[in-house]
This record gives sequence, structure tokens and C-alpha cells, in this order.
Amino acid sequence: MKNYSTYIRLFALSFFVLCFATCKKDIVDRSAKYPALNPANEDLNADTWKTVLVTDPTVFTVNAPDATNSPAYVADLNEIKGYQRNLSTSQLAIIKYWSAGAVLRWNEILRELVAKHNLPPYQNPDGSYPAPSSANPFAYPQFPFSNPPYAARAYAYVSAAQYDALVTAYHFKKLYNRSAPYVIDANVQALIPKSSLPSYPSEDAVVSGASVEVMKLLFPTEIAFIEQKAAEEKLYRIMAGANVRGELDAGESLGKQVADLFTARARTDKAGAAIGNQAYWTQLQTQTAAKGEQYWISLESPKRPPMLPLFGKVKPFLFDTATVAAIRPGPPYSTNSPEFKQAVDEVLYFSQHATRENLQQVEFWADGVGTFTPPGHWNAIAADEFVKQNYSEVRWARNLALLNMAEMDAAIVCWDTKYFYFNPRPTQVNPQIKTLTGIPNFPSYSSGHSNFSAAAATILTYLLPDRGTKFTDLANQAAMSRLYGAIHTRQDVEVGLTTGAAVGQYAVLRAQNDGAGTGN
Amino acid sequence: MISFYKATKKCILICACLIGSSQFASAQMENDGIMIPQNYLCPGLMYSHSSWTNYWEGTFKRNNGNLGTVSSNEYNLMVTYGLAKNLIATAGLPYIKTNASAGTLEGQKGLQDISLNIKWKALQIITGKSKFSFFASVTGSTPISNYSADYEPLALGSHSRNFTARAVVDYVFGKYFFTGSGAYTNRSDITIDRNSYFTTVLINSNQVMLPNMSNYNFRTGYRSKYFIAEAIADISTSLGGFDITKNNMPFPSNRMNMTSVGANLRYRFKSFYNLELTASDQYVTSGRNMGQSNMIMGGVSYIFSLKSDKKTPQINYYKN
Repeated sequence: MKNYSTYIRLFALSFFVLCFATCKKDIVDRSAKYPALNPANEDLNADTWKTVLVTDPTVFTVNAPDATNSPAYVADLNEIKGYQRNLSTSQLAIIKYWSAGAVLRWNEILRELVAKHNLPPYQNPDGSYPAPSSANPFAYPQFPFSNPPYAARAYAYVSAAQYDALVTAYHFKKLYNRSAPYVIDANVQALIPKSSLPSYPSEDAVVSGASVEVMKLLFPTEIAFIEQKAAEEKLYRIMAGANVRGELDAGESLGKQVADLFTARARTDKAGAAIGNQAYWTQLQTQTAAKGEQYWISLESPKRPPMLPLFGKVKPFLFDTATVAAIRPGPPYSTNSPEFKQAVDEVLYFSQHATRENLQQVEFWADGVGTFTPPGHWNAIAADEFVKQNYSEVRWARNLALLNMAEMDAAIVCWDTKYFYFNPRPTQVNPQIKTLTGIPNFPSYSSGHSNFSAAAATILTYLLPDRGTKFTDLANQAAMSRLYGAIHTRQDVEVGLTTGAAVGQYAVLRAQNDGAGTGN
Repeated sequence: MISFYKATKKCILICACLIGSSQFASAQMENDGIMIPQNYLCPGLMYSHSSWTNYWEGTFKRNNGNLGTVSSNEYNLMVTYGLAKNLIATAGLPYIKTNASAGTLEGQKGLQDISLNIKWKALQIITGKSKFSFFASVTGSTPISNYSADYEPLALGSHSRNFTARAVVDYVFGKYFFTGSGAYTNRSDITIDRNSYFTTVLINSNQVMLPNMSNYNFRTGYRSKYFIAEAIADISTSLGGFDITKNNMPFPSNRMNMTSVGANLRYRFKSFYNLELTASDQYVTSGRNMGQSNMIMGGVSYIFSLKSDKKTPQINYYKN
């Protein structure tokens, strides 16, 4: 009996050691480990690349830089030297953070804001729902509710504005051909990898100027946060010896000028009216019922108006509005058909036979409330890959712009399809179906995750052909997660993949003809 | 009268062990003033049902038509063993099933975390009718199945490895008692199924740091040889974490605070001393990022000696 007791004590001791020793580690954000950007190719011909909205770089004002022997430039150099005499740990951390790249970091900041604001409004006491208002953004519910279509559009505008701003900056860089401070003055240290790119105007400041201006429109409650990031980035360039203040001011100004084209477009692209109104929501029901089909109803309690039913009317980037209708897939199975019943029965099967593996896949791809949405997930996937490529800033911007224009246009085509057919969720048709993640508040056909993922995979596979089927495999997993999660039928998923790939092809077509080449 | 006395010596009942049940994370064993004799074994089975309709989203109290009433049924297999004269060990293994009465979200079920508690009666001071006892205890728990923690509010648990240290003081005056204890729980990081999540910032990782917890537990009431009736107050506080933002989903690293009150009864039959019945109710009076749950619990346990002692220890609720 004594041995018995000894064994138990030994077991207990090791158990406590196990429970205690695995305590706590600081969480390491994988983006913190990204190395400093050190482009394999500076893409010196980027001034010839095809822009999105900019037609002529010479319409923008970028004054000639101060001569490098002018008192103003010498003062700018002294500012750098002053910082470099005594850099604190937190200042070095700022340098390390931003050195990974301006386009990358602003993309992450945007993903963060999307996640923060991706919250459906809480109901009024009478069961109706308030809507966010861009005119009064701080009132509850704050503007915006960055749901997937809103997010897709936000990523597209910010990325495209960054891209056009950088291409335009290359025009002026070549024009003025100013060397970096560490080239001009040997007493300025380069605390990041040296670049052969002319440094006036600063590419970092061009990116932040464009990003700030577009994000101010998209996330008006976050302006203080956004401006603080931009100021930090400017400081980083100075402290790192990469730019003098004059280069940053010129870059910021150019970025803002280019961004004005994008904010003007955003104000008139019909996204502002995408929420619809009660008359339209009712019309969607009656026109679907008139076709003899069961129509979608909200599965939320209290019932919530459908998410952005007129987002399908938003002006796309990669094709015209007529093409949206042309890409739209044919109708889903009739809700009265045996095929539809069979499809819903399959969803019920996955609902009732949820394995842990299926749940894992559902959770990995859920990207629901409070997340950066499926387009944000594809930005994260792309960023992890692009980091390995040692892209120049301009190629980073170009590739993310291609991805995000594809995502926005996929959202437009998908939302057009959803509200054209106004097809019910499997859970609505058979309430026995329980879902493994939150049920989205919009029609079923076709799957948004599938559209977004196939569009992203198509352009990413074109950009990174050496990845083989990696992105296509991921897209298929994302799409199937919606069937496993009992959110969608197999038809929703398969048709969504096909349509998304078709949208992605337009991005590929653009990439083949924008003068940037493959960059690999 | 003599046989009654002998029988009393033979057995004791314990095991009113309220481990787990999602919200009520601390084991009752570890926070009471009761021991069992050396080489005695006390297996038991506890069933509890907890449910809530209202919850606190941060500090905002609300209900949710997409969840209705969230309930949790728990079956907890427990066993306590007397390791030494003043040292007992209790292991627990709960099976939990969760459900939401409204909305589309599927409930979860499965084994949760296996736990082990060691309680040491460090010191006892008896003066007249007063008796002071001091206990120290440690509890470790670790998930025993691959359940998802990132499935709030229907997750089976937080899927963390926990380590709790607790100090207990028990004061008995006649048949009335007061027990107070304080504990600190260290919770490990957890791994979730996605590799990016937003708390108050965006974190690109599948690792989540959970806040540690403190707990204070107070119990007072009547304690005789065969019967305990006690009132309980319990305060659990997250030492960190963040609030659920308006109309957002909960997350494992939320700041989860809870104050609850309850009553607990423990009873054994005079004619069949090995058997103990337990019943309790515990109700959350205030909270933060938690459901306002009510939990009812019932349990049965059976104690016996692993060896036929010539000298049976004299031990019971009161003696302890």
C-alpha cells in the first residue's frame, strides 16, 4: 500500500509539473518576424506600368527637391544625424516594424481596422436595426460595418491607390534622380538595406499619403489612429537614414493627390446606396415568389435586413457593369426540385456528422463577425507569400492591387448573383440543420467564400506559378468548409468557385498586360 | 449507541466536488475544510445543469435571440483518495454537452479537462469549542480531448492547462463553521484553429494568451457528523483580458469575471454511511463577459477503505 501511495505522489507531482511548466509564452505575431524589405529587383521601369485610375503623372504637383548643398537639405540631414546619435529601444522597434515594407504594413493596418469594425449593429428596442451613417460616423452603430463586401472594396481602393501612387512616384523619382541620404552624406547610417532607387519623393511616404487619404474616407472614426501610424512611418524613414524630411513631405503630398482620384471614385461607385431600403427588400421577396421559388428570409432574431442587397450594382475595377450580368451564373436548383432537396439533405448530413477535422476547417476559414473577412484572409495568405519574394514596394502594391480588385469584383458579381436569385439558406429550408459557425445574413447562392477564394487563388497562382496548386487547394478547402459547416449546399460552393475563378481571370488578363511582367 | 459510534468511525463522505462546469471552474473539494482518512477511496458521480439567457457583453447586460438559452449538462466522474494522514488527492473527469435553444449554432459535446487536486491540512489549532484548520492545495488540469476553445459560447472549455494554488482557512465553532479561501490560477496559452484573430489589436498567430484568474470562496453554515448545510459566495476575476465589443462574439481571452452565491447540502445515511448525497445551487449575481447562469448540481459518492484496518480512523464532517 505504501508503494501505491508513492506512485500516486509521483504521478501527481509530474502532472503538476506538466500543468505548470506549459504556462505562458508571449504570443509571437508571425508578421513581427518579417525581415526588412530588400528587393531583389527595384523595378526601375515601374513608371511605365499600367495604372488603374491615373492617366498622366505630370498632372500632379511635385516640386523639384532642394539642392543637396542647400541649407534646407543640410538641415534635413542634421535631423537624421540627431536621431541616429541616440536611438531608444522603442525607436529601434519602430524601425524594425516598418522596415518590412510600407505596402505590407498598411495592408495589415487595414486588415486590423476591418476586423475591428466588422460588427453587425445591435437591434433597437423595437426589433428594428439601426444603420451606420458615414455622415455621423461616431454615433452607434459606428460607420462602417466592414462586412465582406465593404471590406473587399476597402482593400481594393487602398491597394489600387497605393499602386497608382507608387507608379506615379517612379515617374518623379526618375525625373529628379535624388540619391538617398546615406549616399550623399557618409555620416548618415543606413539602418535598413540600402536601395538604389532615387529617394525623392519617398516611396514610403507616397504609400502612407495614399493610404491615409483613402482610409480616412473608409474608416472615418479611425483618423487619429491612421495619422499616428503615418507619422510613425515618416519618423522611421528619418531615423533609419532612408529619407530626409523633404522627400517624405513630397511623397506624402503626391500620395494624397493620387488618392483623391480614388476617393472621388469611391464616393460615386454606388456602394453608398448598397444597403437598399424596405421597398427594395420587399420587392426581392415578391419577385422571387412570383417565379415560384422559395425566397430567402433572415435567420437572425430579430430578423435583420439583408446585407448590402445592391452591392451588385457597385462599379467594378476590372470590367464594366454589363460584364457583371454576363458573368452571373445560371439559376440554382429550383427550391421545389428533388435536386435541391437532395442538396439540402447533404448539408443536413454534414451538420449531423460534424467531425473535429471538419470543425477545424470551418473555423480556420470562418472569417465571420469580428474578423478581417475572407478577402482579408486572402490578403494575409498573399502577404505571407509575398514576403518570401523580396518584391519592391511597387510590385507589392501592384500584386495586392490585382488581388484586391479581383476580390472586390468577386464581391460585386457574387452579391449580384445572391440577390438576383434570392435563394434560401439550407438551414432555412430545413431547421434541423445546425451550423458550425455563424449563419451569414444574406442569400445562399452562390457561396461568397467560394467566389472570394477562387478569385484570389486564380490571380495568386498566376503571380506565383511556382506554388503549383497551393492556392487552388486552399480555395477548395475554404469553399468546402462552408458545406462542412452546414452553411451552403455543394452547388453553392461549386458554382461559387467557378464564378470566382472567372472574375480572377480578369485580374490575370490585366496582369498580363500591365507591363510589370511576372517579376519572378 | 455503541454500534452507531463504530459505524461513524468507519466512514465519511466527501466528494462534493464541483469541478468544472465551464463557468464554475473551481473544485469544491479544494475550497472546503473537509478531508478523508488515509487509504480511503471515494469515487463519485456528479451531474450538473447550468443555463443562462442573459449575459454580459463587457458590462452591458443583454440577451440574444440567436442563442436563446445556453445550457450545459455535465457529468463529472470524481475520485478522492487519502494519500496520508493529512493529505488527500482528488481527480475529476467531466463530460460536457452544450446547447443553444435558439439560432442555428450547433452544440458541442465531449470530455473536457482531467484535473487533479492535492489538499494538505497543514495546521489545526483547537481551543475550547473553536477549531482553526489551515489547508494548502494545488490543482492541475489539462484537456483530455481535442475540443475547440474558439467556439464560444458553446465551447466545452478554454482548452488551457491550468495550475491553481489555494490557501484555505476553516473555522468551526460548535456546529457552525466558516471557510474562506483564496486561489490563483495560471492558465497556459492555447492553440486555436485560425491563425489570425482580433482582440483589441490584430494578432497573426494561432496562439492565444489567456488571462490568469483569481478566486475567493466563502462558505458558512451548519456542519454535523452527517450533514452539511452551507451558503456559498464565490468571486472569480480575470487578471487581464478584454471586453466583448458590442454585438461581437465572445473569445477565450475575454476578461471573464463572475460573482455567484449558492447553497450546498451534503448528507449521508446513518444506516449506510458509505454513501453521500450532495445537492447544490449556484447563481451568478454579477459578471462581465459571462452568462448569468444558474447551476443545479446533484451527486452521489461512496467511500470505503482500501485495507481492513484494525484501528478504523474516527473521522467525519464534524471531526474534520
